[in-house]
Parts: sequence; structure tokens; C-alpha cells
Amino acid sequence: MTSAVLSPALVSGVTRSFARKRRIAMAVPAMILAYLIYAAVSFDIAGLMQRARFDNAAILLSDFWSHKTHVTRDNRSGALTVAIEGESKGTYPPGMLPDWVTVSGDVTTIDLGTGHVVTYDGAGARFVVPGYGTIDIRPVGGKPVLTAPEPIPDWISVAENKVSVKTPAGRFSYSRSKVETFRYEPGWELWFFTLDSPLYGKSFAELAALAVSSNRIDEARSNLALMASEFWTNRMWRHGDVAWAIFETILMAFLGTMTGALVALPLSFLAARNFMPLGPLRFATRRVFDFIRGVDGLIWTIILSRAFGPGPMTGAIAIAITDTGSFGKMFSEALENIDEKQVDGIRSTGANSFQRARFGVLPQITPVLLSQVLYYLESNTRSATVIGAIVGGGIGLLLTQAILTQKDWEEVAYYMVLIVLMVMAMDSLSGWLRRRLIKGDGA
Amino acid sequence: MVDIAFGPEPGKRPDPASTGEVYLDMVRRKRMYGGILGVLFVALLVSGWMLADHRNAGGFWNGLPQTLDFPAEVLSEAWANRANLPGLLWTYIPSLIETLNIAAVATLIGALMAAGLSLLATRGLARWPRLIPVFRRTMDALRAVPEIVIALVLIFVIGGGPVPAVIAIALHTGGALGKLFSEVAENADLKPVEGLSSVGATWGQKMWLGVIPQVAPNWVSYALLRLEINVRASAILGFVGEGGIGHDLKLAMQWGQGRYDEVVAIFLLLFLAIVAIDRVSDSYRHRLVKGTL
Repeated sequence: MTSAVLSPALVSGVTRSFARKRRIAMAVPAMILAYLIYAAVSFDIAGLMQRARFDNAAILLSDFWSHKTHVTRDNRSGALTVAIEGESKGTYPPGMLPDWVTVSGDVTTIDLGTGHVVTYDGAGARFVVPGYGTIDIRPVGGKPVLTAPEPIPDWISVAENKVSVKTPAGRFSYSRSKVETFRYEPGWELWFFTLDSPLYGKSFAELAALAVSSNRIDEARSNLALMASEFWTNRMWRHGDVAWAIFETILMAFLGTMTGALVALPLSFLAARNFMPLGPLRFATRRVFDFIRGVDGLIWTIILSRAFGPGPMTGAIAIAITDTGSFGKMFSEALENIDEKQVDGIRSTGANSFQRARFGVLPQITPVLLSQVLYYLESNTRSATVIGAIVGGGIGLLLTQAILTQKDWEEVAYYMVLIVLMVMAMDSLSGWLRRRLIKGDGA
Repeated sequence: MVDIAFGPEPGKRPDPASTGEVYLDMVRRKRMYGGILGVLFVALLVSGWMLADHRNAGGFWNGLPQTLDFPAEVLSEAWANRANLPGLLWTYIPSLIETLNIAAVATLIGALMAAGLSLLATRGLARWPRLIPVFRRTMDALRAVPEIVIALVLIFVIGGGPVPAVIAIALHTGGALGKLFSEVAENADLKPVEGLSSVGATWGQKMWLGVIPQVAPNWVSYALLRLEINVRASAILGFVGEGGIGHDLKLAMQWGQGRYDEVVAIFLLLFLAIVAIDRVSDSYRHRLVKGTL
């Protein structure tokens, strides 16, 4: 090896270019940091931290995996209601109570577990908290009066017309009109069967035994059919409606993607340089694609939902139009990159232009085309969720409604899990199809 | 393979001597399968459209003539008030900048996240090779959660404004770019990494000096493509949730007649911004991939 001659000019050149590289290596992170700081200021992060409601986050997280049962006594009429999540569809029918509530005469005893016991009776209400003592509340002149061991801890809040107690076992509140106890339990309540179903409260073993037994609960149909229909029409969770919504979302994505691709395919020939010798027409088609992509799915969705009303078809058309623009651009690029030799070969046999396209061009671009269409199918499943929230169809609508009511967070969690599973399923389906159709494994 | 191509019975196999006939037979078989698949596909598509039409509030054929009614109404009102337009465009520039900032910050944070995740999830480069499946599944999960889900939940917790949208888009971007980044990193040349390990470089130094310079052009190109997608996502999230020009659009739309000039101004701004960003990023990406930069 000959040793390189280090002329002073080379040394200074190398040093300079190193110094430049190093400056760039410092400048890029510094610019990113500066931009992020500007963004933090313009987004008002400091104000946001003050406005953030972390107690909401706590409610949300606990609601995701647990549910609460309200035990309410109307202080005027003395009527007792036990309702899951305080909803009418989760109310225990008369004569049916959870096993931790006992009623004898006008005395109601609620066992919250770990020694926490709440008693409602004619004189008022009492809450026994182990390690603290008894919280006793009696109405005097219509207002609740508290008697409890001094000093009053901060988990008991006393206002003029309301006393509330928060313990890890449950919450309790007493006001003029009613006394209420919330008991928290893990799990999603009534997920299989609601309280009014004859199957409520049965264990898996009992259900399995019922499924194979010939003693019918409902004379008209078999036990298995009864179970399926009770589950499907569950009023609390509406499994049937949710399944339909998921199907609608996938339908929107499928119809939109496929229709977009079918419309874009012939148009893309008009925009490809090697198929459309007429410059102005080519230019016009390309600008149409650009326009469609530029207007964006959001705006198409708004315009279309005015004409077609809410529903899955509006969403499907919106996806189809947006995708026509993207597919048109991608397909015409694929067309420009084809190998002309095959087309020449077909031409030499005297084929007309349609035959040349069918036998010379399509086989070449099919893999590119299919792979893009399948990729879009997967990504459009996600978009269909968002578009569904705008046009009013599919799982996106259910999700936004559940979030906007800010109450049924366990349903939100359920929909989120379903959406993630749906997208993952579509992801693996499109990956599987891509492998089968393009690489041709076994197909 | 022979069985599949020529049928199961050895006696019934076509005579290999008459190649033309064998070829035509195969072509016919292939066309038949293709035809059956095609018919199934068309049937699925047609029945799907019919079902969607049935489930929709307004039918397709009723709606079709009305498609242009709304744009016409909006445009005619905006034309009547066209003197306001320049002023309105100016009014909505801050919202547009907010939308663009949401997209840019989210892309930046998401790309940084994706860079870390993808290096940790690439065979041959990972810091902890046993944890590769964990990081891969993390990226899959991030990719699968639609932005709107995270955004709406975060609005409940931290209130409205741009930050929920940024976090939502950034998380999704992290997953989506992570997959692409790791595909690029898989093809990186390992020789610089080996050279660096021979001089005792730490994992961070090996990645920063050995891998990042190789993958940077492709990574930046993917990140720019993602920026285009995120600008749209940020507008849509504004419409559904809060923050940016999407939210202004929703307010103007809800007002309806009388504020259509504002609607047109917002449409115009959004359209111009999207087209401009697409153009710039398109040409920049071309230069990046061709290596003239």
C-alpha cells in the first residue's frame, strides 16, 4: 500500500468538512429543541397542566375495569333502589337483591366488605368504618346531622345539606332527599346476561350443564339458542348492535377502497406519460387527482353527508373519492415504470390497445397495485372509524357517543378494545392476502 | 405441483407431447379461477353497496342530484360576500398554523419515538435481542389504536386544545413509522457497526455513528410522507375533537347559512396548505431518495 500524501490543502479541507459536519450535528438537535419549545409555549402547556383534571383520569381508569352498584333510599318515600351504575336497565327488579344487601322491615344493611357496614333505618343511617368508628347521621329538621369520632378526617366532607364519605370499600352520601351508597366491584357488569334474564347469575358450569340438558327454560327454543339470543340482545352492552357497527365500519372501508381502486385504474392510464400522448389531457387528469387529494377526506365527508344523509354509504363514498385521488397518482406512477418490451411483444402480434393493456401492462402492475390496495384497505379501516364518527355510522359513532356522555367508561374501554382488535385483524388479513396473492404461496 | 397442474390421475394427465394443448388447458383453468374470483368480488361489492345504501338515511339515487346543492349554496353565498374573503383568510391563519404545528410536533415526537423503537426491534441491532418481540408488539399496538380514540379520552382528562391531538397523533405515528423505520434499518450495512464495536463503542454510539447516517435519508423521507398524512389527521381531529382549523370549520358549519364565507375561507386555507405541503415534501423526498441532497 502506498501511503497517502497528506498535503496541507487536503488536511485543511478534511478538517473544514469535519467541522461543518459537526456543526450540522449540533444544529439539527438544537433546531428541533427550539421548535419544540416554541410549540410548548404556543400550545400553553403550563396552563394545560393547571387545567388538567387528574381526578377524571382516576375515574376513567377505575371505570375501565370495575363497575359500581348504587344502593339508594329515597328519604321522603322510603323506597329502596339497587341499580348497577345507577341505570334503569341495570336496576334490580323487586324481590331481587345482591347478596351483600339485606332488607328486613325498614332496616337495610349493606355489607361493603372488610368490616365496612352501612345501615339505613328509620332514624337515619349509620356507616361503620373499621379502625375509625361509627359515622352516624340523623336528619334534624330535614338537614343531615353528623355524629362521628372527633376529629373529623378529611375523607368525610360535611356541607350544610349533604354529608359524604369516601372509603376504599365504597362511597356513601346523605342528603335531604336521599341516602346513597356506592359499592365498587371489579369486572364489567352484566356482560353476558342482564338482571331480567333467566340466565343471570349462573356460573359457567351451570350454563354448560344447561346447554346440554333437555329441560328447556323457554319451551319455544333450546337452551343454547336462548343463551345466544339473551347474550346478543343484552340491553346493557348491546352486543348485537356493536357487532353490526363493527361490520358497518369494515364495510365502509372495503367498499371505499375497492371502488376507489376500480375508478382510479382506467383514469390512471390517462395520466401516464407512456399511454396518453395528449399532453393537455394528461395534465388535466393529474390535476384532477391532485385536487381530489388536496380537498381531503374531511371535506368530502362533510359535502357528501349533506347530500346523502348520515350512514355507512356516505362514509364509503367519501373514502372512495379520497382514495381515487391517491390511487390515481400511485397507479399512474406504476404505469410509467413498466417494462415496454412486453407491450411491444404483444403489439407485434397485432393486438389492439385494449388487448395490449390487458396482457402486456396489467400483469406487470398487478403486484404493485394489489399491495397498495391491500395496504389502503387496512389503513382505511382506521379512517372509517373516524369518518363514522362524522357521518354517523359504525363503531366510530358508538365510541364518540359513549365518550361524550362521560359516564359509561367501561363501554368506551370495550369499544376501544374492539377497534384495536378489528384493526389488527384487518392488518393481518391484508398481510396474509398480500403474501398469498403477490408472492403466490400456494395460490 | 404436477398433480395440481395436470390433475390427480396419472392416466388422465394430458399428453406432454402436445404442448400447445397443455398450455391452452392451463390458461383456461387459470382464467376460470380468475373468473370465479372476479364474479365473487363483484357480487360482494354490489351487495355491499346495496346494503350500505339500505342502511343510509338518504338513498343514493335521491342524494346524487343533491351532491352539488350544498357546494353551490356555500359558493354562491361566499361569492356574494367575496369582499370579506381576504380578511377572513387572514383571520384563520393562526388556526391553520396551530393545525400545522400539531402535525409537525406530533410527527417530530412520533419519529423520535419510532427511531428508538425501531432500533430496539431490529434483528442484529437491538440492544436487548430477547426483547425484540416486546418492542414489535408495542409498535403494532400503537399503530392499531386510531388517533381519535386517544384524542377523545385525553380531552376528557386534560381538557381541550391542541395537546390531546398532538399526543394522539404522535403515538400513532410512533407505531406506524416504527415499522417502516425498522424495515429500513434491517437492510443497513452492519460493517460500520462491527468497526465501531471493535474500538469499544457503546450501543448508543454504534447506532448514532454507524446506523443512523445510513438510514437517515430513507427515514426522513418516510417522516415527510407521514407529515403529509398527519396534517390531514390533525384537521380531522380538530373537527371531531378540539383545536386548530378543523374546530373552526365545525363551528362555522354548525352556524350554517350566514357564515358560509368563513367555511369557504377555511376550505381554501386547508386546501392550499395541504397541496403546498404535498408539493414541497414530494420534491424533497425525490431529492433525498435519489441522493442529490
